Amino acid sequence: MRALPQNRPARSGSAPAAPAPSSPRRARSVRQVGRPGGAWALPALLYFGMFAALPMVLVAYLSLTSWGGLGSPRFVGLENWSRLAGDPVMHNAVWLSLVLTVLNWIVQTPIALLLGVWAAGPQRNRAVLSAIFFLPLLLSSAAIAIIWRAMLDPNFGPLAWLGPRLGLGSVDVLGGSTSAFAAIVFVTAWQFIPLHMLLYQGGARQIPASLYEAARIDGAGMLSSFWHITLPQLRHTITTSSVLMVVGSLTYFDTVLILTGGGPGTDTTIVPFLMYRAGFRSWELGYASAIAFTLVVVATVIALLLVRFTGFGTMRSTREGM
Amino acid sequence: MTTPRVAAAGASVLALLTATACGGGGGGAAADEDMHVWMYQDTLVVVQEAAVERFNEESDVQAVIDEVPGDNYEERLRTAMGSSEQPDVFFNWGAGSIQPYVEQDMLMPLDDLLAEDTELADAFIPSILEAGEVDGVQYGIPLRGTQPVILFYNEAVFEDVGVEPPQTWEDILDLVDAFDEAGVTPFALAGADPWTEQMWLQYLVDRIGGPEVFQRIHEGDMEGWRDPAVLEAAETVRDLVERGAFGDAYASVSYTEGGASTLLSEGRAAMHLMGSWEYSTHLDQDRDFAEDDLGYTVFPPVPGGEGDPANVVGNPTNFFSVTADTAHPDQAQEFLRYTSQEEYVADMVANGEVPTTTNAEEAVADSPNPEFATFQYEMVRDAPHFQLSWDQALPPETATPMVTEIESLFNGQSTPEQFVDALAAL
Repeated sequence: MRALPQNRPARSGSAPAAPAPSSPRRARSVRQVGRPGGAWALPALLYFGMFAALPMVLVAYLSLTSWGGLGSPRFVGLENWSRLAGDPVMHNAVWLSLVLTVLNWIVQTPIALLLGVWAAGPQRNRAVLSAIFFLPLLLSSAAIAIIWRAMLDPNFGPLAWLGPRLGLGSVDVLGGSTSAFAAIVFVTAWQFIPLHMLLYQGGARQIPASLYEAARIDGAGMLSSFWHITLPQLRHTITTSSVLMVVGSLTYFDTVLILTGGGPGTDTTIVPFLMYRAGFRSWELGYASAIAFTLVVVATVIALLLVRFTGFGTMRSTREGM
Repeated sequence: MTTPRVAAAGASVLALLTATACGGGGGGAAADEDMHVWMYQDTLVVVQEAAVERFNEESDVQAVIDEVPGDNYEERLRTAMGSSEQPDVFFNWGAGSIQPYVEQDMLMPLDDLLAEDTELADAFIPSILEAGEVDGVQYGIPLRGTQPVILFYNEAVFEDVGVEPPQTWEDILDLVDAFDEAGVTPFALAGADPWTEQMWLQYLVDRIGGPEVFQRIHEGDMEGWRDPAVLEAAETVRDLVERGAFGDAYASVSYTEGGASTLLSEGRAAMHLMGSWEYSTHLDQDRDFAEDDLGYTVFPPVPGGEGDPANVVGNPTNFFSVTADTAHPDQAQEFLRYTSQEEYVADMVANGEVPTTTNAEEAVADSPNPEFATFQYEMVRDAPHFQLSWDQALPPETATPMVTEIESLFNGQSTPEQFVDALAAL
């Protein structure tokens, strides 16, 4: 990009209306305040290109080849793609991924929202309890999955003791189709609610107290304040959190690998895990690339749709007219 | 005043850059100084560690053992083999497990070594050495003891319930009922590691239809899964599951984390079908149990089955292979000779292994449990057929979905008919 011409204010649309330069000294300062040249974006662009765009292009190419990780890839045209379209395991994985995404949203959003709004308040025990709620954020996904795997162990975990005492016999949570899937939803929620709670806490703190005062004077109760002030004011936070949640759920992998290994059978084999299995267990990296590319496209489309339909892109202030 | 400083800084930056450049280019050279030996991480690596120590005393090139956690061994190996970080010598299962590397000319043929050193060639049981061949060329030298799959049992539990170890299939079914009534899980099963379930199917298919059934599949004919023996084996599995032979909480039990073995040693399960390394595992974790109460027997025949009841499944042994691009071809071959040395064999025996060397029969007399070692040695020696684990014999793109199908069968997610259809469609 060219540097801005001297002695002229920046013409860029969003640049602040700089006062017309009246002296060379002033002009220099305008140049400094004006938009930085394109060169400033270069490091980030290079980084993105090297570690996001380029690998994506390579994955697209690999999806047209047959490659086992040794020697050179062999071009096979659309073979992987036609196989992908007809693979029942892939169909099931897509279905499971969608179910997981929806369930994650339904479970996590209300809890995180309520906890976040609560944590934004002035209660006495709030700080201590919030700190405890944030603990899972400090643990790595792998550690969390290993902990829960041990907790849910049917023979040596707490359930082995608890099950018979509750008259349930042996409880093999991770061994049952539905219960293993539920366990993934639960563990994911346990791990990620704190993050979203943090987002909502920040969002709720931004809401001006004057709104609530006005509502109270008008006779609004706690519930209707929440419904008519807090929720609408958190609109953008909800979108942000939802995009994170949805894209995160679609690409979620580590918990599944450690907690269930995609099992029992293929009942928790979601798309990212299937990609891993195809790539690093079966060594069909071409096929795995086709799955990966599908995943990127689907996640991008869903994220874009979310942004579009929630009006997130236009980013209108929630405090217009205040 | 500042100029010298800047110059000095510049010079040091330059020096740093050159140093890194050297490091980058010579990274290979630095790594080349040592000979890297990749081992599957388990309790038996002590044998190879001792061998490396002896080797390093004699050799100018130092050998280093890189222990790779078992869960990810094949994954890590394959990734390394596709990069510049290849090991010089590595642990493998022979046959199908090294086939992809042979196809890419990545392994060093060892025929010359064996031709030149007949003492080494004659040191191993021929049928075992053969499992280290791919397309008639030797690529692997046996490095471990033999690992047949054995039916282990807890003698104390058998005594408590007042029953005898099984000799026929009827015994098995009776025992399932007897243990069920006594509140003991008849068979420990690590359902989260489906290769343990595969052992059941391997034995059942072999006992029912003989080794020819899998041989056909191994040769690439997936219709071979439609052999009636496979369906009957799958139905037998179904029957065992429904009788409660594996209890009701096996699907998420893991072997690598010790779940199934602990169930057996604690007496919460009565029997456990597992590779012979189970003995070493118990020796390591619960010595008293391994020495006093760990019983073992062969997998019983199935009524009407065509397979020879003396047939064995498992891993004939593990092998060392040498990469073709190694910087130390001579030292690597020299290191392989160590696997037939007396000290090496003695170390194996001391750790409860049964060596695959021809002199093993006398050597096992020094085993911590000579009776078990002899049992194992004779079992392997007298077996008309030793079936290599299916998931090692088949290429990974078939083996991976196959193992998942086996898991689904054991979990009751697919019927025996669906199981057969799914495998034939691979």
